[in-house]
Amino acid sequence: MTEYQPLLQLSGVSKTFADNTVLDALDLTIYDGEFLTLLGPSGCGKTTVLRIIAGFEQEDCGSVMLDQQNLAVLKAELRPVNTVFQSYALFPHMTVYENIAFGLKMHKVAKADIKTRVDEALRMVRLDSFAQRKPHQLSGGQQQRVAIARAVVNRPRLLLLDESLSALDYKLRQEMQIELKRLQRQLNITFVYVTHDQEEALSMSDRIVVLNKGKVQQIGTPREIYENPANLFVARFIGEINQFDGHVVRRIDEQHVEVVAEGADWVVKTDHPFVADDKVHVLLRPEDIRLTKSELVLDSVHVEGHIYECSYKGKTLDSYIRLASGTKVIASEFFDEDDPDFDYRLEQKVALQWTTGWEVVLPYEYAN
Amino acid sequence: MNMQINQFRFWAIGLATSWLALFVLVPSLMVLVTSFLTRDPDFLIRFEFSLDGWRSVFDPSFISLLWDSLSMALITACICLAIAYPFVMCLMSLPSKWRPIILFLLIVPFWTNSLVRIYAIQYLLGKKGLINDAMLGIGLIDKPLDLLYTPFAVIFGLSYILLPFMILPIYSAMEKLDLRLLDAAKDLGANAAQRLWRITLPLTLPGIVAGSLMVILPAMGMFFVADLLGGSKHALLGNVIKNQFIQTRDWPFGAALSVLMIILLSFMLWLYYRATKLSNRQGGINDSDF
Ligand SMILES: Nc1ncnc2c1ncn2[C@@H]1O[C@H](COP(=O)(O)OP(=O)(O)O)[C@@H](O)[C@H]1O
Ligand SMILES: [Mg+2]
Repeated sequence: MTEYQPLLQLSGVSKTFADNTVLDALDLTIYDGEFLTLLGPSGCGKTTVLRIIAGFEQEDCGSVMLDQQNLAVLKAELRPVNTVFQSYALFPHMTVYENIAFGLKMHKVAKADIKTRVDEALRMVRLDSFAQRKPHQLSGGQQQRVAIARAVVNRPRLLLLDESLSALDYKLRQEMQIELKRLQRQLNITFVYVTHDQEEALSMSDRIVVLNKGKVQQIGTPREIYENPANLFVARFIGEINQFDGHVVRRIDEQHVEVVAEGADWVVKTDHPFVADDKVHVLLRPEDIRLTKSELVLDSVHVEGHIYECSYKGKTLDSYIRLASGTKVIASEFFDEDDPDFDYRLEQKVALQWTTGWEVVLPYEYAN
Repeated sequence: MNMQINQFRFWAIGLATSWLALFVLVPSLMVLVTSFLTRDPDFLIRFEFSLDGWRSVFDPSFISLLWDSLSMALITACICLAIAYPFVMCLMSLPSKWRPIILFLLIVPFWTNSLVRIYAIQYLLGKKGLINDAMLGIGLIDKPLDLLYTPFAVIFGLSYILLPFMILPIYSAMEKLDLRLLDAAKDLGANAAQRLWRITLPLTLPGIVAGSLMVILPAMGMFFVADLLGGSKHALLGNVIKNQFIQTRDWPFGAALSVLMIILLSFMLWLYYRATKLSNRQGGINDSDF
């Protein structure tokens, strides 16, 4: 991200509705040209962030700076920011062409230029032949693309997209994800995309901001967020994860400590300066766990348990394992059709293993 | 079970249809037929074809009267619109729990007979009325103004009586307006005036047209308003029709005028239909390609 210049800076932005604190001293820098995703559960304040940036909502305190200019003094209609609304909000009494031309008309662009730019935008979203349709004559995906064209045709510095794909069905959503990425690269406009869908966030973003209860939980690339979650909330929100609670026995070297969890001694890798007796969570993604039938087991076993459920997922086989302590674990393994042993009986005893370093070790949080 | 529902449907629809036929279609046809009959001094009408009734409609003196009535109705509609639209906009900016209360207050006076209220206006506008007294009192004028028995008085009375009929349809159109569209327009750079002109007005047009219809038509027919506030000089179409039936006893002419009014109504309904289609948000009529 270092080649990017800061474009928009939110500093200490707070927003309270009645006595519901929706944003709590939010700090966030958005860089020019990036695809940034705000990810968080429903009601965590994502839309409110967008509405403050767009100017529909006034922050209670803090500042919003765009290109070193304080946005507080700039009305919504004057900000070089455009929004793709979750509901599309297409003007029902105007044709597709008029919808897309609306922003240019408001900015008093010359008529001939309007035509060129609208036609170009229509081509870009592949709706050239739909210019004279009314919005209600279009399918959901087409309306979606009109909404995008209507926003990008104004060449905003910043494009805000609020759950723009969530109303579309799965297949169309996948296509539109790719389409959006293509558009973003092609236009070189900064995108701020809001979603509660972690898969969507991981596949589209340059950077992800994980929000919860109006606070930033973590900012990072999809890979950082997935592989090194900063806390339990992020770890659990971004995909499936297994959690083992334990404590540190001793430090082995700069990067490794010995942990006792699930009645076993594990060597784990961590940058955190844990000392003996610190309570920790050891976290593992289901796909990082390798299962072996217990009778075949060698050394380097981490823990053993019994299979209590198997679920065929197409690409993978998900096994649900109960450990002696009662902790439940999910392991997700790729199918190997050539392996005759690749199948588990219910109540079969299995050993769990993983490569040291694949686990995530977090300081203990009271939250369970 | 199904039989019962079918039977019920048959009777319900049958009853409604007969009701409409008996009390709407038959009288309308009677009026239409009457307009082509001959006037008779003793029996009101004679069953003999004649175009006299319609000839009187196109008499220049009557056309100018019709024009006066129409223009008074149009002015009334404009005044009602000019008051109602901003009123509804203010209403919409209030918290939604307040709106029904205010609409209720608006309707309360209309439980009083409108004739009584027109008498009240007569008193208000008279030479010794409240308005003249007040203006004399503060020295704005030094002799009472002739307010009563003027077109102004008629339009004032009509506007007062008919204002709610403009407000309610506009309110119901405004309530359906998707506020997110206004956010979208703002986002695209439209200022308050542009949002009003390009989004709010076109999308509430059906309400405006419906309200105008509900003002213009009665405004041409409310003969007692013209009788009480306009004296004999400022007649509405309604006065003329009433006079033909009750005083002059020229039933074919009166019937022809009634038919004219029905044609006017149909024309305005067609306008209303056009306006709703213009701002249609769901499937339109011309969606043959879908
Ligand atoms: N205009 C408003 N008035 C009152 N409460 C609001 C308003 N807008 C949002 N909220 C509340 O703020 C919280 C966050 O909303 P929002 O930003 O829409 O969340 P998200 O988009 O992440 O789902 C919710 O609890 C919502 O009820
Ligand atoms: Mg939202």
